[in-house]
Amino acid sequence: MAKASKILLAHGSGGRLSHDLVAKEFVPPWQNPILDQLNDSAVFSLSADGSGPRLAFTTDSYVVKPLSFKGGDIGRLAVCGTVNDLAMVGAKPLYLSASFVIEEGLPLSTLRAVVRSMREAAAEAGIQIVTGDTKVVERGAADGLFVNTAGVGLVPAGLEIGGDRARVGDAVILSGSIGDHGIAVLSQREGLEFEAAVESDVAPLNGLVAVMLAASPNVRVLRDPTRGGLATSLNEIAAQSNVGIAIEETTIPLNDSVWAACEMLGFDPLYVANEGKLVAVVAPEDAEQVLAAMRATRYGEQAAIIGEVVAEPAGKVLMRTAIGGTRIVHMLVGEMLPRIC
Amino acid sequence: MTMRYVQEFRDGAAAQGLVARIEAAASRPVNLMEVCGTHTVSVFRHGIRGLLPPPVNLLSGPGCPVCVTTNADIDKAIALAQQEGVTLATFGDMMKVPGSYQSLQQAKADGADVRVVYSPRDSVRLARDNPHRPVIFFAVGFETTAPTIAASLLEAQRLGVTNFYVFAVHKLIPPAMIALLESGEVRIDGFICPGHVSVIIGSRPYEPIAKRYGVPCVISGFEPLDVLQGIEMLLRQTAEELAEVEIQYSRGVRPEGNPLARELMYRVFEVSDAGWRGLGCIPGSGLKLRPEYRAFDAEQAFPVEPPPTKEHRGCLCGEVLRGVITPPECPLFAKACTPEKPIGPCMVSSEGTCAGWYQYGPRS
Repeated sequence: MAKASKILLAHGSGGRLSHDLVAKEFVPPWQNPILDQLNDSAVFSLSADGSGPRLAFTTDSYVVKPLSFKGGDIGRLAVCGTVNDLAMVGAKPLYLSASFVIEEGLPLSTLRAVVRSMREAAAEAGIQIVTGDTKVVERGAADGLFVNTAGVGLVPAGLEIGGDRARVGDAVILSGSIGDHGIAVLSQREGLEFEAAVESDVAPLNGLVAVMLAASPNVRVLRDPTRGGLATSLNEIAAQSNVGIAIEETTIPLNDSVWAACEMLGFDPLYVANEGKLVAVVAPEDAEQVLAAMRATRYGEQAAIIGEVVAEPAGKVLMRTAIGGTRIVHMLVGEMLPRIC
Repeated sequence: MTMRYVQEFRDGAAAQGLVARIEAAASRPVNLMEVCGTHTVSVFRHGIRGLLPPPVNLLSGPGCPVCVTTNADIDKAIALAQQEGVTLATFGDMMKVPGSYQSLQQAKADGADVRVVYSPRDSVRLARDNPHRPVIFFAVGFETTAPTIAASLLEAQRLGVTNFYVFAVHKLIPPAMIALLESGEVRIDGFICPGHVSVIIGSRPYEPIAKRYGVPCVISGFEPLDVLQGIEMLLRQTAEELAEVEIQYSRGVRPEGNPLARELMYRVFEVSDAGWRGLGCIPGSGLKLRPEYRAFDAEQAFPVEPPPTKEHRGCLCGEVLRGVITPPECPLFAKACTPEKPIGPCMVSSEGTCAGWYQYGPRS
């Protein structure tokens, strides 16, 4: 078969093709030590000797369809997604930019609702939107509205969080149920409306992260499992840290309605997107106190220890299933649900 | 649907009990074939293979409709989609299946109007909403799917939707099972028969397999406990040297099946010969539109001449579909052939055997 020489929707899935696209098409031509970190945000020092707090900087574009869904809309997503990318490197998010690509004909009321929802999300996250840009394109050149946000935050001196820091014996903690966002958006997709009592979990996680970092100096990895789901985040950590990760299926929080929808549609919830969840790798001696701190917060009520970091097989994620079998959990391959964020 | 019903069929303690009984019953090496792709996925997803004692070997069969669709049929679907002004609708899994030269996904990227639908009724709606555009539904599937296609076609007829067409490459499961046994290529000691297909056809079409070929058949559900219990029932039959058709999936399957669905299916379709990837042409194993529904036949309405078919070099999907090899024995597996750049259809479909091994198993 001819080699795929065009961009396919699967290149945007967050799975393997997305990784390959970044690794082959973007990283080599732009190469520099900060880009090479390949974490959720770039972290760098502003002082010549690298002392003092460091800046975290990130950007993300939002093309979710439909623009509004149960539990949120593209505006809340655009603020929370970028806030969370900053939070996942341990940064305190401070300021965001917002750029809009608007399709001719978009009702002004839709735009206003998105802007209002961004204001509310910004207030909740304790950040400010300080700059922006607007472009309007002809009808058909965009699907209603695309939003880009970029954000900066400060990483306290001495704090090191990164996907390469997991160590054998560490506990793996998940902040709550998986798959809610992906199923909520999907259930309202044109041509696929089904009644699901599922709301998107889209939420800013910087408050939860602050509580975790206050509870323990030994939080080593933070990831928000968005596109590609929990399976993809765990695989990224296993690969970056060159360790194995062993999880227990029965410990993973999953809402009944998400489970029902996944069963019906043939999806594996491990691969369905989240927008308000994080997975953390924490030193074993601090795991219980971090868990307790998380459970006392709004977005960590259902937090659970779902597994541990093991030596073998390095780079892989293994799951003990409910019936006692074991399976390998690979990174998402192909595309599961296009344009969910 | 109540999810509690599902949870009960994933109970760890009950699974351990069944595994112990399977271990006790597994006295000699047996090859059990799970015919259906949904079983293949369940076996992988729940880690069932690792729970079975070494004498029990599971083989995956030809029960993945996407996988058994021939290159010729995919090429024809692509040619239909490339007709000026035509929309081709199909199930998502078909998009990435490589035909002789390209996939529907690539044809779409090159400008053909190909849409993914979740139900054939959606394609009737698509036709009704776009009355000036012919909408062809590329219908792939077994006895489970065919009645819903038939119902959609009858709905289109009732609604007076005249721009709806069907390109049907439906296939029937029992003739393929018999073809496998006739070939004698692989020893099969028992069939885990498909649950959903059997909801429609019931247990009787498997009787010749048990009686004439002496191979036990157990119709199983898809939850892990269903599959384990199905295996245990087959082992009990082989131990007692019985060959019967049993229904494990009794909450879904009756011996007589679903006569209404079959009536619907045979009102619109009639049995025909069909080409299967890996198995060749099997007499009486397909469904074609009856003459009175010719107006809906995409092949009649849009005569296309696809280029000559060619097979993918080195691809062993045919051997995988016959249970002759496991995917890691194919030299292309996980190397040249991955779900992102599939060479054969068994790597494409979420129910494909190669995709199952790739997604859930060791990749080398």
